[in-house]
Amino acid sequence: MIKNISNLGDAALYCDFGTEVNKEVNNKVIRYFKSIQKENIDGINNLTPSYNKLIVSFDLRKRNFQTVKKLIENLNVINDDKLESNKIKIPVCCDEKFSLDIKRLEEKLKISRDKIYEKFFNKEFFCYMTGFIAGMPFLGDLETELRAKRLETPRVKVPKGSVGLTEQFANVYTFESPGGWNIIGNTPSVIFNSSKENNPNLINPGDAVTFEQITKDQYNNYNE
Amino acid sequence: MNKNYFEIKRAGINTTFQDQGRSNLYHIGIPFSGAMDNRNFQISNKLVGNETNSPVIEFAYQGPLLKYFGDDIKCAIAGDVKFIIKKNDNDIEGNCYQSFTLENGDEIDIITTNKSVYGYLAISGEFNLEYQWSSCSINTKANIGSNNGKRIEDTQKIYISKINKDLNDKKLNYINTKIEKIRVIKGTNFNYFSEEGKNIFFDKEFVVSKLSDRMGMRLDGPKIENIVDTNIKSEGLIKGVIQVPADGNPIIMLSDHGTIGGYPKIGVVISADYDKLVQLTPGSKIKFQEVELSSAETLFKLYDLETQNLISQI
Repeated sequence: MIKNISNLGDAALYCDFGTEVNKEVNNKVIRYFKSIQKENIDGINNLTPSYNKLIVSFDLRKRNFQTVKKLIENLNVINDDKLESNKIKIPVCCDEKFSLDIKRLEEKLKISRDKIYEKFFNKEFFCYMTGFIAGMPFLGDLETELRAKRLETPRVKVPKGSVGLTEQFANVYTFESPGGWNIIGNTPSVIFNSSKENNPNLINPGDAVTFEQITKDQYNNYNE
Repeated sequence: MNKNYFEIKRAGINTTFQDQGRSNLYHIGIPFSGAMDNRNFQISNKLVGNETNSPVIEFAYQGPLLKYFGDDIKCAIAGDVKFIIKKNDNDIEGNCYQSFTLENGDEIDIITTNKSVYGYLAISGEFNLEYQWSSCSINTKANIGSNNGKRIEDTQKIYISKINKDLNDKKLNYINTKIEKIRVIKGTNFNYFSEEGKNIFFDKEFVVSKLSDRMGMRLDGPKIENIVDTNIKSEGLIKGVIQVPADGNPIIMLSDHGTIGGYPKIGVVISADYDKLVQLTPGSKIKFQEVELSSAETLFKLYDLETQNLISQI
């Protein structure tokens, strides 16, 4: 199922599942990720699943590329039906002060903001991966009419909670961070909570996420 | 229990608590963090009789000025650091790699790191710290770790929950050497770059930019031309990865790096050179040298043996 395994530096394996980005390929990545995680192999110290790649980091004092490669090649991979997938609703307010790029998007996509919201809200998106900053979900796929490039010049600071679009993907900024996604609104929901050590992420790979539009009043009075 | 403490009279530029860092969290977006220069971190602990992965204070460039209150305690500083120990208006020039005793009212003034970035202050005992995912390492980007995930600030107090007494003074003869050639393994997108770009990467000199911190090191120099695509589908990163964005200037991922990135990877710094890489100050000139995986593995074994050897000498 892995098309090619190569080394990324001297302390990581680069498992390539192909170049396409879709649920099927990502599902294979996640199955490998969960299978390795389950084995709890001494010396493997990090795993990074993404759209179509899986990086396996290891402690060079205990393992090397060849020994980890063998482990991965001989891995018992769990079946699709064993993967859990939660359905999560994320409230988003599109008030002027939050929808930083809506005008830009109207121009880029040549459709009205109402049309943008209609095509974005109450649709189910799939979580491909989380990361970059802690807990940030990469969700897809947006309808083709909503696909726009990143900002030409990324923002130095994107506010925490911002919901952004780029190409076929949507995400939520879990922390204030630099970033170039087109921001359409903001969620009061806590997407990353470091005090929950066992499950800090609200959204995990494989989950189904739906965004729901809320008013400014609902945003201000939001209570988890 | 909290009668022993440091008062921070000046926090310094980027002063944090660090230990070995936290693992198995890349998939939720949390990097390893931990002490940048692992060898000096371990040495600092051994000099005060601690387990080598105990929490220490890491500082960068200008370090903190700390006033101590409490029972006598041994401390040690590892790195290449200019510091002064102040006892009753008596200023004593500090020596790295040599433990010293602090008494009630004494101060340590960590003036600066010399031709290096990071230094480590260890105490013979335990700081009173909170842990997240088995590590107290402060990740200021995600506000994770001790001190609410924030760097140490002016006027705050750092409490010490335990002091190990009756410790002999310890010393190590060690001089940090500066690295000029950074050894790298070709990255997974090496072929995204033109022949000229590849040659530039391995033949020309680069300069460490001021825009460098615990997350990454930016380099200035001749531009590396991309002939395939300046973006890739976002995928995992590890520390030491050298990404080249559209502007052609390489960025090296360091311990607090973002876990996912979308720029092509031209190379990865070998593990054996990481401690020395992070100590390069802005303005330092470096060159990259290609090595094969098998050499990198051997070089790491040598690095690790040398580190263990240094620790066993203390």
